[in-house]
Amino acid sequence: MDNAVEVRDLVVERGKRTVLHGISCDIPAGQVTGLLGPSGSGKTTLIRAVVGVQIVRSGTVMVLGRPAGSAPLRRELGYVTQAPSVYADLSVRENARYFAALRGLGATEADRAITDVGLAQACNQLVGNLSGGQRSRASLACALIGHPKLLVLDEPTVGQDPVLRADLWARFHELAAGGTTLLVSSHVMDEAGRCDRLLLVREGRLIGDDTPAAIRARSGTDDLEEAFLRLIRQLDEVAA
Amino acid sequence: MSLHITLATAGRILRQLRHDRRTVALLLVVPALLLALLYFMYDGSGATFDRVALIMLGIFPFVIMFLVTSIAMLRERTTGTLERLLTTPLGKLDLLFGYGLAFGLAAALQGALATGAAYWLLGLQTTGSAGLVVLIAVVNAVLGVALGLFCSAFARTEFQAVQFLPVVVVPQILLCGLFVPREQMVGWLEGISNALPLTYAVEALAQVGISADPTSTMWRDLVVVAGAAVIALVLAAATLRRRTP
Repeated sequence: MDNAVEVRDLVVERGKRTVLHGISCDIPAGQVTGLLGPSGSGKTTLIRAVVGVQIVRSGTVMVLGRPAGSAPLRRELGYVTQAPSVYADLSVRENARYFAALRGLGATEADRAITDVGLAQACNQLVGNLSGGQRSRASLACALIGHPKLLVLDEPTVGQDPVLRADLWARFHELAAGGTTLLVSSHVMDEAGRCDRLLLVREGRLIGDDTPAAIRARSGTDDLEEAFLRLIRQLDEVAA
Repeated sequence: MSLHITLATAGRILRQLRHDRRTVALLLVVPALLLALLYFMYDGSGATFDRVALIMLGIFPFVIMFLVTSIAMLRERTTGTLERLLTTPLGKLDLLFGYGLAFGLAAALQGALATGAAYWLLGLQTTGSAGLVVLIAVVNAVLGVALGLFCSAFARTEFQAVQFLPVVVVPQILLCGLFVPREQMVGWLEGISNALPLTYAVEALAQVGISADPTSTMWRDLVVVAGAAVIALVLAAATLRRRTP
């Protein structure tokens, strides 16, 4: 199987603090890979390195066979930052049309993306007047436009009601089935089970990189939250 | 750079402005109201009003567009839209020229209204044409936009961004020859004044005040102001980094 993203010995420092301590991992193409870990563990930094906006100390990040952040990748990438990065003083539709125009696409693609995230009814509302969950879906819609090969979503399901959350995850798997690679971060462990593959991060180190089934088997529990805890304890015992 | 993306960006910025009706109203009406204030201040002294109002028609768009742009660009940085834009095919200059174009258009409308009010309602008289005044006002506005884009790179918060007004804009107003004729300043002050772009905008406007046809000094001054705007835009592009710590 091909890898959409290959990270090797990635070290990132922010100020005097080392945020990522030499992470290596692969993100397989056409799958939903979950990036799980507590807040402050380095998830967003790893995501920023993958989309090519993070200054890295050492190591390499290859995306679709090219160094992360190189110009041709900008047409292949959809990126949703943690805070909904859409214009609050534009309507949902105006936002989507602008992001479509950046890719040389028209209103049809923009409107389709809005429908895909279930915001068709709210498309003429100003983003600033939407609820938090709607706002992050508006941000997601702008990333879906133009069928990017790699979708990088930083906590896209925060604040969504359970039904919508299920819809979004179903949509992520449809996209993956169509060949899109998704990297989705979350700090909610109950979402881990929905991923094809998991990367578990803690304090800037990768402590798990496997399918959910394999992680359950290795730690001897069906509960992924508990599995995460057991992995941490095992590592702490080794260290001690 | 892509013309299509630059135009889409300018359109997006104007749409943002359009949704903010209060800002639009302030942009369009305030310069004319301030000119009316000047009119009553210099009541009965037509010549002084003519001189000061003419210069103000160039200074207002510069100050207002500097402020509006530095806050707008700071918002792009703090809300994450800038980070996102830089992962798309958008080029840095697409974004900066998009801002220049959008606020330049807004300034054209603002300048036309303020100039119209000055000539027709307040009886401003100049030897040269009002059209040139609007042209100089627009170029000045673009200079304000360019400096605002550049300065916003050095501000983390809106409080800091606003502080650049007294640092970058006020000295230019003090030294442009409005308060003290430049040739009466001590040599080093006149030297600083020579290095500040607003000086040339004010000189160009004064030329319109005294000459029926556009003078070569006026054109040279306008080229200096436009050149300063382009340099500020290029410097602003240099401060826009795709990768950040």
